[in-house]
Amino acid sequence: MLSKKQALLFFLGGTLLFSIIFIVMSIDTVTKGIPAHTHEENMTAEVIHGRVLWDENNCMGCHTLMGEGAYYAPELTKVYDRLGPDAMKAILMSKVPWAPHGRKMVAYGFSENDAKGIVAFLKWIGEIDLNGYPADPPLKNRLK
Amino acid sequence: MKYKSQKVAYWAFALSMLLIILQITYGFIQAFAHLGYDGLHEWIPFNTSMAVHKNLLVVWILSGFMGAAYYIIPDEADHELVGVKWAYIQLAALAAVGVTAVIGFHFGWWEGRKFLEIPRELDFLVVIDVLLFLFLILATLWKGKQRTTTAMILSVGLLAAALLYLPGMIWFDNHALDSFFRWWVVHLWVEGVWELIMGGILAYLLIKLTGVDREVIEKWLYVIVGLTFLSGILGTGHHYYYTGAPSYWLIVGGIFSALEPLAFMAMALFALNMYNKGEKRHPNKMAVKWTLGTAIVSFAGAGLLGLAHTLPQVNLYTHGTLVTAMHGHLAFWGAYGMIVFAIITYIMPNVTGRKIYDSALGNYAFWLSLVGMLGMVASFGAMGVAQVTLERRLGLDFMTVQGELHSHFWVLIITASIFTIGILLYVWNFIKYGLPNDEAIGMEDKFEKI
Repeated sequence: MLSKKQALLFFLGGTLLFSIIFIVMSIDTVTKGIPAHTHEENMTAEVIHGRVLWDENNCMGCHTLMGEGAYYAPELTKVYDRLGPDAMKAILMSKVPWAPHGRKMVAYGFSENDAKGIVAFLKWIGEIDLNGYPADPPLKNRLK
Repeated sequence: MKYKSQKVAYWAFALSMLLIILQITYGFIQAFAHLGYDGLHEWIPFNTSMAVHKNLLVVWILSGFMGAAYYIIPDEADHELVGVKWAYIQLAALAAVGVTAVIGFHFGWWEGRKFLEIPRELDFLVVIDVLLFLFLILATLWKGKQRTTTAMILSVGLLAAALLYLPGMIWFDNHALDSFFRWWVVHLWVEGVWELIMGGILAYLLIKLTGVDREVIEKWLYVIVGLTFLSGILGTGHHYYYTGAPSYWLIVGGIFSALEPLAFMAMALFALNMYNKGEKRHPNKMAVKWTLGTAIVSFAGAGLLGLAHTLPQVNLYTHGTLVTAMHGHLAFWGAYGMIVFAIITYIMPNVTGRKIYDSALGNYAFWLSLVGMLGMVASFGAMGVAQVTLERRLGLDFMTVQGELHSHFWVLIITASIFTIGILLYVWNFIKYGLPNDEAIGMEDKFEKI
């Protein structure tokens, strides 16, 4: 029967082993994987400006990006492909709440420059290699 | 209780009670907003109510953990809590930072990072506050007559939770890197070190409530926390499938996160076995109910409902949908909400001296909150499946699908009301105990022979 000491060794040994593996994998991900997958070389000052605004306005408090955030408003990973820069800018610069189907977005009234930054950020996001996410709806063509 | 200083726990729990009511209030604002009743939009837009709902959850659970530690550590170490005055200051500061953060969220003072919205300036105050808390706990343990496994696991969990807050405070220009390290905090908290804290509290409760030998309980505690880290550390990978990280996380995250329910299953079996094995029955029957409840519901919510969407093939379609809300609600309530309620239920008679052990009020609180939460989870589940099918599999537009979910949101509101009634009864019961009382010192709980 397992003794208390053996149980302690199981806990310490397992934790140490898996922590090391996790840290080694994380180092690879942070130094090589993410920079390559996100095309870090395309991260211009404009993209970073958009990223700051994304953070400051807590956009993921309603939307998801790369599937992360809240489920109140649409997923924005591929929004650049879906709407294009002009419609995006119009929504971001609107002084009255943009409200498709009645669900309101905060009327941010961004300046042209800020709106451009956010569009550039979302364009950059859309180009990240996300291992196949978001997937094409597999049953779409089955609908008549 | 043994020591006068253990009374501090009461005030941490009182803070938890206040904050959970506020958390629920904002939850209702969110649910109504989904149905189009967004009259508060101008003052409380959805991202504000979301930030408040999530952060109050974190703060009330941490406050509950702190209260548990302030009671358990002096008891286990056999020593009066060191620096009691500082413990009150620490709790008051935590409340002040929490309230400031929540008010700030209404004025756009935040970071747009799920669960970690508290702005950087306040983060530093959180760190100082937690360091003070840890100093008091560790100093008490250091000066104490004994260092039990239960106390050590609880303290290591609290220390690691504090350390893991730090990666969340680094700014990255690359959004994907920010997301990567955000999960170092959030995942390694809830599926890592918080489970250590939960395990420590659970072991303490089982020792106190079942009368089973400490050595046996603590041996299994090691096994459980061992399983937690064995699966949970690499299980972090399930957050890295589709967020800009390499594809090896799909395999590693898939395999190890599928093992995560094992730790929760072990916890449930452990609690049930110890309860059955115990040859004594503690008179605090409500505390026994909450203790077994947390062990079982955490297995269902954190374990099984997590497993339901953790495999990459499934998660490709469920990632970023209400399926996550289904898992999140039962996981947080079962694992962390209920363990906090369990320890509060055990401690209240001991610090106030009022032995309200098995009241109708307490029973209604337990069952209504449980049934209400299960109903909420079923509603989220139905919405999640509908959303995945219509939006992700058939390709319908996001808002078109949202319109199809209205009836489920009404069920959510009805079941959430049942949950809320349970919580309000619990809080009413809490108030009925009255304030902590020095006369309660030395009034040890007695076991009843079966």
